[in-house]
Amino acid sequence: MADERLQAAVAAAVLPAEEDFGELLRSIVVVARAIFGAQASSIFLLDEDTDELVFAAVARDEDRHLVGRRIPSSQGVAGWVLSARTPLVLEDVRNDPRFSHDVAENTGYVPKGLMAVPLLHDDEPLGVLQVLDRPERSTFSLAEMELLGLFATQAAVALSLLRKARRARAALAGDADATSVAAVAERLERLEGPRREAGRRLLEALARVLR
Amino acid sequence: MAALPPPGAGAVSEAKPFPAWSLPRDAAATIDLANPLPERVDRDWAIGGSTGAGVRVCILDSGVERGHPLVGELAGAVAITVDEDGETIAAEDTEGDLCGHGTACAGVVRALAPDAEIFSVRVLGAGFKGSGRTLVAGLRWAVDQGFDVVNMSLSTTKRELGDILHELADSAYFRRTMLVASAHNMPVESYPWRFSSVVSVGSHEEDDPLVFYANPDPPVEFFARGVDVEVAWIGGGSIRATGNSFATPAITGIAALVLGKHPGLTPFQVKTVLYLIASNVGG
Repeated sequence: MADERLQAAVAAAVLPAEEDFGELLRSIVVVARAIFGAQASSIFLLDEDTDELVFAAVARDEDRHLVGRRIPSSQGVAGWVLSARTPLVLEDVRNDPRFSHDVAENTGYVPKGLMAVPLLHDDEPLGVLQVLDRPERSTFSLAEMELLGLFATQAAVALSLLRKARRARAALAGDADATSVAAVAERLERLEGPRREAGRRLLEALARVLR
Repeated sequence: MAALPPPGAGAVSEAKPFPAWSLPRDAAATIDLANPLPERVDRDWAIGGSTGAGVRVCILDSGVERGHPLVGELAGAVAITVDEDGETIAAEDTEGDLCGHGTACAGVVRALAPDAEIFSVRVLGAGFKGSGRTLVAGLRWAVDQGFDVVNMSLSTTKRELGDILHELADSAYFRRTMLVASAHNMPVESYPWRFSSVVSVGSHEEDDPLVFYANPDPPVEFFARGVDVEVAWIGGGSIRATGNSFATPAITGIAALVLGKHPGLTPFQVKTVLYLIASNVGG
């Protein structure tokens, strides 16, 4: 058991940092926004403990203040998409007074049209990807829907990694032994060349002393 | 909530001259087919002149807005919840639609089958937590009510619910309740649309709601209008929407037309008729 815990500590230590995942998610929404020629794009992460959707990434710099903001998962199209596990593309959403009010209250930006797709990895619901205000065309195409699905798959994998990393770190928190081992593993991971080799030898010597 | 009326035409006959699991020699002539299909099934035979009258359609979704001009009167509306002991509570739904999606589906059915009785069974909209359990409880409740067609423009990815949904789908199939379910357009396992006892629906890009195609490559069995569809939405208005969610009620509406004209057909027969009148088969 102790071995497993310490192995988890070492594994967690070499995981990419929270910011790296943030960058990955952001790159996905930036590309999604560019490919669709949309005004904005965002990823929500589901917080199952509080039953809320949390803004995890936004494509536009001016929307960065939204990251971390929470909305109830019962609210609006994003919540529905996740509960029903089905993607939706809606145009003219301003005709929906409740939607406009809720969204405006939460983000200050009311889109005219939106695409929302659930982010699912295996059977785990992870969040929602939204693309807002793609250019007006006569009709939406199924090819665009497929493309949205591809982005969703990519975003879901990224969210899944982020969630695993957070869980691993949470498991370590408060465990002094594991935290110490994790800290050493993290430092070693950052070293290169002869310094890394020296570090490894030092740790082996330490292991012998502690025997 | 007033008690729902009992299942309509098509109740399975009680007394059989032979056991259900075998057929003695010379007994074949005693089988009562009840509603045999004719030698030639075309659209005129299948749905010509039908308005869906007498057919009870359930929209298992986010609720349906009462009195919406594109939906009209509802025959009933309940909200499903599951209490701490796991008991299903079906209370009269006074909140209507919490998202817009259920109203959209009801409007698609209404446009095709103007005289069908539409019931709303709300299983979504109260948050993500418990949505899978509520979906299962709502479907079980709907199957118990003996609806003729249940529209499910939703699915769950929870594997532990997959087996229960499978049993419910088979139970519905034998009790002459036809489940019409949205296919997923992403590479994820979700249910119940993958089960052969339901009718699974994906989207095509054409504008005619009566145009639909049979697909010989499972698991999606039919493609119906699902792109840039003008649908009813909360607030009495409408929006344009895309998704298999809106193709599914098109097949539900056409199935209601078939059952309105030929009450008592089994889900197997209705699916066969849908195949025979599909736009790329005989329609």
